[in-house]
Amino acid sequence: MPRSSRVPSTRMMVNPVACSAHGVCAELLPELITLDEWGYPLVDDAPVPPALEGQARRAVRDCPALALLLSGGRGSRRAGS
Amino acid sequence: MTADQMAAQRPSGPHPARPTRRPAPAGLPRLIPSGAGPDARIGPHLDRLGPLPYAPGADALIKVAEAAHLTGRGGAAFPVHRKLAAVIGSGDRPVVVANGAESEPVSGKDGSLLWLAPHLVLDGLQLVAAAAGAMRTVLYVHRDAALTAYLAQALTHRYAAGTDYADVELIEAPDRFLAGEESALVNVINGEPARPQFKRPPVYERGVGGRPTLVQNVETLAHLALIARFGAGWFRSAGTAAEPGSMLCTVHRADGGRHVVEAELGSPIHALVRLDGVQAVLCGGYHGAWLEPEQAARLALANASLRPVGAFAGAGVLAELPASRCGLAETARVARYLALESAGQCGPCFNGLPRIAGALADLAGPRPDAQVITAVRRWAGLVEGRGACHHPDGFVRFVRSALTVFGAEIARHARGQCSATDRRPFLPVPAAASQESDWS
Repeated sequence: MPRSSRVPSTRMMVNPVACSAHGVCAELLPELITLDEWGYPLVDDAPVPPALEGQARRAVRDCPALALLLSGGRGSRRAGS
Repeated sequence: MTADQMAAQRPSGPHPARPTRRPAPAGLPRLIPSGAGPDARIGPHLDRLGPLPYAPGADALIKVAEAAHLTGRGGAAFPVHRKLAAVIGSGDRPVVVANGAESEPVSGKDGSLLWLAPHLVLDGLQLVAAAAGAMRTVLYVHRDAALTAYLAQALTHRYAAGTDYADVELIEAPDRFLAGEESALVNVINGEPARPQFKRPPVYERGVGGRPTLVQNVETLAHLALIARFGAGWFRSAGTAAEPGSMLCTVHRADGGRHVVEAELGSPIHALVRLDGVQAVLCGGYHGAWLEPEQAARLALANASLRPVGAFAGAGVLAELPASRCGLAETARVARYLALESAGQCGPCFNGLPRIAGALADLAGPRPDAQVITAVRRWAGLVEGRGACHHPDGFVRFVRSALTVFGAEIARHARGQCSATDRRPFLPVPAAASQESDWS
């Protein structure tokens, strides 16, 4: 669906169905990801600072469950029912 | 073939006896005529409302839905024209689904609508299927053999009358709380268990069979069938400017009675439920919020009124809690049911909901540990917004409202007292389902 045309910023996102609490992301990217009391990631919703983009991409690549995503404007659309 | 070419192939003669246009119904009810009983025949329906005017091309339906400000009546109140435009503009022939799963145990309005005005729902489904050039057209309903047989009969009457653009598949929803959730619905139609999915890409881009999938609640489609006949202006003559039209509500009385009523958006809550002698009102169902009677007296059946107090109109469930019951016990029982209905996929949900439900069971008993409420609030913060679906969010809305509305009762329980004079369960909760079975 059409949204405003501002430059999309990159954000970290977790696929909560796929995530199985390995915790690798929090080790690789502690600046943006901490773990809750059950070991699941709490991800900072703010745009990823350019200086951390390399680390963020590595965390995405190394997630054993492939549950971590980097999203731009496109992936963040939603519709309700 | 494009959607427009498909739409051009729709049947031209809607009914053998081609009824003429009828005047728009004045006032309410609009959807279910007063005194209506089950009737699978299409003739009486067309005699009452006139033929179904298929819109010329897809844009006309999108435009009239937008002009009407029609929003989804399944609970989320999402603008209908935006979903229509997203699916129709995708370029792929989509799958169109009428959602009548109504897996919320306190809601009965979709079932009433399907029994008492099935052809209005099917009209709306046909309009959307024709406008979108649907590849598949599905009516997804709560599992009930009598209802499915009745709807199959209604479809047979339509085929005989030649009114329809598309053949409709009837698919039954498993009896799970989340079976009506859009991505769980897609899973069921794909032959998978009724578990929600991570919705990236969203269902309207990739759903049933990988196709763009348009899911609309059955009541939404019924409104659309009336809007197509009588216009957006007629639709907007009821309700508020921002939230026009009417909605079906399921009202649970303190005396145990239940009825379905159609109400204008913006109706005062006190016109729909009795507030005298009632302890609290549950608004929006098990994903909704408890309201104090004094608070409910100032509110209206509209999200503009309810959202600021943390409630929402949802699918129109209103339940009066009798003064004789313990609100904490009721909340704990429903919370346990909702925790068991977690699909068990997302860590925060399957870890948090049972812990919160257990803590609420403690709160419902005498002299709970003083730390229990702190724990509930912390866990609520941890589960909110962290599921693939909105189950944890709705659960938290329900639980948080209980902590506020039943604050005085919490204080009583802390002293080892309880105000309840009747221990029998009030709110309906299906028998506990096991975690692993019956998802399909």
